[in-house]
Amino acid sequence: MTRSLSRFGIYAILILLALCFLVPVYVVVVTSLKPVHEATLENMWNLPSAFDLSSYGVAWEKLSPHFWNTILLAVPATVLSALLGSLNGYVFAKWRFKGDHVLFTAILFGMFIPYQSILIPLIRFLQSIQLYNTIPGLILVHVVYGLPITTLIFRNFYAAVPKEIIESAQIDGCGIWSAYRRIILPLSVPGFVVTGIWQFTQIWNEFLFAVTITNTTNQPIMVALQNLSGSQIVQFNVQMAGALMAALPTLLVYIFLGRYFIRGLLAGALKG
Amino acid sequence: MNRHEKSSAPAALPLVRKNRERLAAFLFILPSVLLIAVFVYGFIGWTGWISFTRWNTFVPDFTFAGLDNYRFLFSDFRFLSDLRNTVVFTVLFIVCCLLLGLALALLLDSRIRGEVWLRNLFLFPMALSFIVTGVVWQWIFNPSTGINLLLKKLGVEEPPLWYIHPEVIPGVQWGPIQIGVPLALLAVIVAAVWQLSGFTMALYLSGLRSIPEEIREAARVDGASEWQVFRHVLLPQLKPVTISAIIILGHISLKIFDLIYAMTGPGAGFVTDMPGVYMVETTFKGNHYAHGAAISVIMLLLVTLLILPQLLSGGRKEASGR
Repeated sequence: MTRSLSRFGIYAILILLALCFLVPVYVVVVTSLKPVHEATLENMWNLPSAFDLSSYGVAWEKLSPHFWNTILLAVPATVLSALLGSLNGYVFAKWRFKGDHVLFTAILFGMFIPYQSILIPLIRFLQSIQLYNTIPGLILVHVVYGLPITTLIFRNFYAAVPKEIIESAQIDGCGIWSAYRRIILPLSVPGFVVTGIWQFTQIWNEFLFAVTITNTTNQPIMVALQNLSGSQIVQFNVQMAGALMAALPTLLVYIFLGRYFIRGLLAGALKG
Repeated sequence: MNRHEKSSAPAALPLVRKNRERLAAFLFILPSVLLIAVFVYGFIGWTGWISFTRWNTFVPDFTFAGLDNYRFLFSDFRFLSDLRNTVVFTVLFIVCCLLLGLALALLLDSRIRGEVWLRNLFLFPMALSFIVTGVVWQWIFNPSTGINLLLKKLGVEEPPLWYIHPEVIPGVQWGPIQIGVPLALLAVIVAAVWQLSGFTMALYLSGLRSIPEEIREAARVDGASEWQVFRHVLLPQLKPVTISAIIILGHISLKIFDLIYAMTGPGAGFVTDMPGVYMVETTFKGNHYAHGAAISVIMLLLVTLLILPQLLSGGRKEASGR
């Protein structure tokens, strides 16, 4: 009797908390579906009287160039940083050399630094090589500062690969590169999925580099969303539709590939 | 070269080949190592140098200024407010995330139906950008709408002003600033906790799942109450998870920028300002590059203080096979 009562309590608390967590979702979805005259302050919690998708049209018009910018940025940056991370992770997991631990720790440190502490030189550097205010400039930045986390995830991933596999390949005459290409790389698909999802999400959501390195039509989506919501003339329904659009790609990744997302999350956290 | 015992290459390989392979391994990571050396350590050094110059105008000026920029900051009302806000925000944010995350993990761990759904629900804000979170919560905490509409319906005459509240409680005057909890920060903390408590839940859940059921059963057989099992069996085992969570959440909060930028800005009397925001504004809007550099050096020191013990013990722990 007391047991079923306490189980009822557990469910009650969990459902209450779940509802609290969903409040922002409710606000965003409901507001974005309202016609302009209904998206007012007093009406905030009410359901729309009729579905109106016009806010999405307005928001898309303003955000779509930046949406494509972000895809052009996030896809290559994710692929490149995952490839480099895979090479690094392979070496740090399977090859010992003098000072490897110090080097690995020195690379990991790059994960924690506040990016403000490299921002001024970074911008001067990008200006000097003509990559300031360009997508390739942002790609370079995300590849470099993604190296610590991708290296960490891959090193943890490869640590689970038995070293006998590599040893027997070596006896068969494989060098370090061919062992990587023929044995490690084919085994790495799950590692690439985890790293890729993690990096894509991070790059898509990033704001500091985006807002300081680009200042015109090259701005990624998060800067455009911030500009949209910072402007007084834009209606709330458009702001909320914009927020939903900007969040959608990473939300979809989370919904369909959440397992890998969480694995990336824990890989970054538990061995830091 | 002199560490053959550490080599993971098989002993059957000739030494020459082994050394060649080791060189090749180093060449593999060389591009990344060089990139990190320049973009992380080189640029940090460069920033540190700028923080000692007089570059506080549009035109770069690299004449040596000694500690002038730091001296300026530690007498600057805005920066001192930022430090207070950082401490308050970091402590409250971490404590709330840990408590809520642990509570969620314990509830979800009690073999309930729909666990996967609930877990995913509590974790999904993690997939969002701080900008999205800021834009949405800004509206929820807007004093003339949002939560206050509900509070008014419940009969609250003067609902709080949330993130535009200028007050600091209890507001003990210390030099130019008031020491206490800026009320406006609480709204920002709610948004940040909403976004990241799912992360601590996931950490604690994986920690709980790695504790063998037999240990709990043994304690129960010995007559321990559920609270005692939690207090004396589970909690000590979760200590490493807690430390990881504190480090991750702490470094996020010490360098927080986007959430503040999207939700509140510096606030009246800088009650919601943070060093990360001040740095970007003073550097790129005010052209006070040397001040900006000095702020970021202090931010870097704070983060380093937080993570250094863990980073250094990481290698040792692995060696002992924890």
